[in-house]
Amino acid sequence: MERSIRFGLLANRDINKETFVEPWPEAGLIVADSPYDPQPSVSIEEGKVVEMDGKPRADFDALDLFIVSHALDLDVAGAAMEIPSKEYARMLADINVPREDIARLITGCTPAKLTDIVRHMNVLEMMMGLAKMRVRRVPANQAHVTNWREHPALLAADAAEAALRGFAEVETTVRVARFAPFNALAILIGTQTGRGGVLTQCSVEEALGLRLAMKGLTSYAETLSVYGTEMTFVDGDDTPWSKAFLASAYASRGVKIRFTSGTGSEALMGRAEQKSMLYLEARCLLVVKGAGSQGVQNGSISCIALPEALPGGVRAVLAENLLASMLGLEVASGNDALASHSSIRKTAKLMLQFIPGTDFIFSGYSAIPKRDNLFGGGNFDAEDFDDYNVLQRDMQIDGGVKPIREDEALDIRRKAAKAIQAVYRELDLPAISDEEVAAATVAHSSDDMPGRDIVPDLEAADRFMADDSDFVAIMQALQRSGFGEVADNILEMGRQRIAADYLQPAAIFDADFKVQSAINDPNNYTGPGSGYRPQGQRWQDIQAIPQAKPPTGFVEPHEGEPLSRLVEIGPAARGTGKEVVLALGPAFGRALGKTIGGLEHEEVLKAILSGIAGEGAVARIIRIYHSSDCAAIGFVGARLSGSGIAIGLQSRGTAVIHQKDLAPLNNLELFSQSPSLTISTYEHIGVNAARYALGKPTVPVSVKIDNGARLRLIVKTALLHRRETDEVRPDQAPLECLFDWEPD
Amino acid sequence: MHEKPGGKYPLRDNAAGDLRSYSERPLSEITAEAVAKGELSGDDLRTHADALRQQARIARDAGYPQLAGNFSRAAELTSVPNDELLKIYELLRPERATHEELTRLADYLESTYGASENAAFIREAAETYRERNLLRR
Repeated sequence: MERSIRFGLLANRDINKETFVEPWPEAGLIVADSPYDPQPSVSIEEGKVVEMDGKPRADFDALDLFIVSHALDLDVAGAAMEIPSKEYARMLADINVPREDIARLITGCTPAKLTDIVRHMNVLEMMMGLAKMRVRRVPANQAHVTNWREHPALLAADAAEAALRGFAEVETTVRVARFAPFNALAILIGTQTGRGGVLTQCSVEEALGLRLAMKGLTSYAETLSVYGTEMTFVDGDDTPWSKAFLASAYASRGVKIRFTSGTGSEALMGRAEQKSMLYLEARCLLVVKGAGSQGVQNGSISCIALPEALPGGVRAVLAENLLASMLGLEVASGNDALASHSSIRKTAKLMLQFIPGTDFIFSGYSAIPKRDNLFGGGNFDAEDFDDYNVLQRDMQIDGGVKPIREDEALDIRRKAAKAIQAVYRELDLPAISDEEVAAATVAHSSDDMPGRDIVPDLEAADRFMADDSDFVAIMQALQRSGFGEVADNILEMGRQRIAADYLQPAAIFDADFKVQSAINDPNNYTGPGSGYRPQGQRWQDIQAIPQAKPPTGFVEPHEGEPLSRLVEIGPAARGTGKEVVLALGPAFGRALGKTIGGLEHEEVLKAILSGIAGEGAVARIIRIYHSSDCAAIGFVGARLSGSGIAIGLQSRGTAVIHQKDLAPLNNLELFSQSPSLTISTYEHIGVNAARYALGKPTVPVSVKIDNGARLRLIVKTALLHRRETDEVRPDQAPLECLFDWEPD
Repeated sequence: MHEKPGGKYPLRDNAAGDLRSYSERPLSEITAEAVAKGELSGDDLRTHADALRQQARIARDAGYPQLAGNFSRAAELTSVPNDELLKIYELLRPERATHEELTRLADYLESTYGASENAAFIREAAETYRERNLLRR
């Protein structure tokens, strides 16, 4: 078969490593609008729901029963269901309708109604809706911190760095379940070293997770998974009642909880009942709300590749985030699993949560490299930190983190690694050596760490889990070994646990260890001039990427002493004969001494003059003061040239060959790619100018095309040009110059 | 004086004087010195039912009735020991308990811990499990 070279190249692009599939509603492989999705309806008799979404009460499954008794506000439902879905969609996108007005009505909407509302919205409208319906005013971010070695010093160091970068929550998990208490401990100590008030969790099996929380090792849990069909729920070994009870059990121990749901899980488990992913997610979310969870982690989560294989998948994932926020739930909006091989696609997908802002833009930004991520990837990871910081800076968007300096990172990592070393020593756990501390300080991944003997570690973990030692013992260990500040932060977490303020919707602790939640900092966005925008110090922090340089630094290396051999001798007159005028910019060889490409002005002059002389023409040097524009410099030179030919040369190295009868902005040859010009190019420019002056046939100088030059050097170009413009004297006529040098 | 919703929130800042731990120790005694002297135990850093009840009121006033219900049930569960909590959760999972076992569990929670809201919740689960075939066979 005939093959297109282009199609062959496209076939090897990252995007074509993805799997794409056509919808199949019968298998639940459809993100929204399954032909089997029910129409919204509700019938209430004597304060009881007798029919919902086309299903009589006798046919209700456990989820329907839970939803009607715990999630639906029956006082509102009658009126709320009467309002057309499109009207809700319009209210969501309308900045003039405050979130409370919508939230009140949504409490009376059934799963099919919720699904029907978002059906009317495109992604831009959904993003407007999400910006308004998000429960906390200020967006935040969560980090994943794990490593395949399960090295305690590396976990602590990475957690500390994540805390310093601004993540409000840090989640870890285990490769070997028995490591759970140690991993939770390392994350606790690491985060509280980096910044007091970062919430932590260790994602493990439910009962073990609860035991870690009871021991005081974790402060939140988001492992409470729910599913949109009864059979999937039971396959997950839970019911809405068992999950709701678990939520209360966590809250009774002062632990913040968040449920987990997301499109695609039912289809993945083969029990989608022909329904669309979005409709099943609406059911999940009403279960989450009914169970009394303050929030949810949704946005397809670990199933993300499944909706992304289908048309409209990324839109549906945004729709589920929006649905959750409409229900008043804190949303930790996914972006936590590898969603694409293509960096274009993964970033485009992120924008749908990043631009409107969610309570947690990632429910796990991989603050470690992907290969160390035990959650299965992370759509963005530690190697994308700088990219992410720049995205925040580009759009003036608070993505929940800030740039940090390398020295700050090293300091905090060392401190955290030493703190966990001290706790291990004080609690008589297998020693962490100074070499391990040093490695964790500079490490990027597990690969940079020495191995540990796992057997004694696991045995110690079992003992630690079994005995009574809790965070009182940990605080004492920290106090005894000079980590009083870290102990104080853990103690304040204990006090906060007593106050229980952080169990309220979307609660986090800010940089001052103050709780911020939907209660004391509710989202109040109603269009321009309202709600949250990063300003003041926060905007300064986001701007201050270490890569940003002071503008003066771009020009300094190009400044120099005036060329002693280049002397201005008087007003320039019109010349005669076959001369070439070399017209210099006002700063050339004076305020500036090098081109943008680093070539000495003196060498450039010599090269051009050599070229002119080699062709047998005469050169005359003229300084232009009234303009810094390359075309103007060249054109004025041409009008003064006896042959009508001149070379215009700016200090940054941009050159033009001009002819007096051409329009000022036209030219014979233009060399705008000054960074690519070499000494031999300048000589060639001299040669060609001379040939034009002598009337010889001339082949234009070929210059290598470097499309990246402008991208790399535009700031320097602008600042060098500005420096030259500083030297402009509008009333100064061109001056004749003498260059005390003769070509060979 | 009429208080606005969430008037005392955050309690950590606005009601610190009223806060005490599960062990009835006032927040003012939860200090680094007390930790260093070994005066504190785990229960001194656990949440008291009263704080959860206050959070329930705050949540209800702010328009989060289901969350308030969760906090009320949690308040009742503060006095239920860890092991029992884990057992109750296990019994509520699918096909773990008979209707009678769940009913007995509800009665026990109500009589032993005064946990009437949890009891009602578990009785409702028992009914639904029977209806949906989620009881132990």
